[in-house]
Amino acid sequence: MVAFIWAFLIIVGVVFSLLSGNVISLNDTILTSANSGLKMMMDLLPIIVLWTGIMKIAEDSGMLNKISKFLYPLLSKLFPCVPKDNPALGYIASNIAANAMGLGSAATPFGLKAMNELQKINLQKDTATEPMITFLILNTSGVTIVPTTTIALRLMHGSVNPESIIITSLIATFCSSFAGLVLDYFIRRKNNGI
Amino acid sequence: MVSKLIIPIFILIIVFYGFIKKVDIYDSFLNGAKEGLITCFNIFPSILAMVFAVNIFLESNFLNTAFSFLLPVLSKFNLPLDIIPMALLRPISGTASLSIMNDIFTNYGPDSFVGLLASTIQGSTDTTIYVLALYFSSIKVTKIKHALYNGLFADLIGITASFIVVSLLF
Repeated sequence: MVAFIWAFLIIVGVVFSLLSGNVISLNDTILTSANSGLKMMMDLLPIIVLWTGIMKIAEDSGMLNKISKFLYPLLSKLFPCVPKDNPALGYIASNIAANAMGLGSAATPFGLKAMNELQKINLQKDTATEPMITFLILNTSGVTIVPTTTIALRLMHGSVNPESIIITSLIATFCSSFAGLVLDYFIRRKNNGI
Repeated sequence: MVSKLIIPIFILIIVFYGFIKKVDIYDSFLNGAKEGLITCFNIFPSILAMVFAVNIFLESNFLNTAFSFLLPVLSKFNLPLDIIPMALLRPISGTASLSIMNDIFTNYGPDSFVGLLASTIQGSTDTTIYVLALYFSSIKVTKIKHALYNGLFADLIGITASFIVVSLLF
């Protein structure tokens, strides 16, 4: 599936550039894109290393387990196949909390760790499991309470009330997360033949 | 202001809790950081692959051209047209949709209807395709089942909801 997206982006991009006579800028893009990829990694690397370090303390001290247990009644509804004291639940909770606070870059390491923990209890290593998909739907529908970047940009452009979009974002986020989870729920039910 | 307090307090609690539980916190930190480094090593190829493909796609101006064909249809629905490229790009690239939002703010102002709509869309959805590619390739999962269209469906609902909510509230 990822291969399909990748092929689509490249084939459409190259063919369309050739047809519209955009060859020079296409060349530049191809040559510089490896560099942009590295730059992105350089931005991400220190944050990932720092936060996986910090979170390891929380894991070793048993704090993450406590969070998992505390949130279990709620999370067990969404992730019925994940055992009660699995650290994945703690990482999922941390990821969603960090996203909600608008700390997108701090959320990524937690999300990667959550996927890693879910993969440990996956029996078919090349296939996504139900909890992975549910988690990513929750993650990509963007449960954001404080969209920090957007507010900062609005402020920069002289908005009279930069925070006014918090409430609209919240309602829209709620709709998209809810719709995503409902669809996921029905697909799961259909797949399990209930 | 409150959001500035969250990270320091979060770190304080983790370090303090680990300390009173007599965990070798420094050792734990180093072990975790090493794991993080391995994660970075594993995800770097997929980040590079995604940036490469997305950049080629964006550079080709395919979206703008496809959009100009859609224009006559969309104008019938009374939609603010500047929002469409941003809505289409949002699931693919965070930076690209952010730069379109920046243009919208410059041209119409952040408190205009289009500005408010752009802000709401930006704040309410995420870069679905990018996140799926990154997270799944970090654990080498290739069969992702319904994750993609389910995620895009949620985005579509989010964008539709943004339009309705902003129309009603402002």
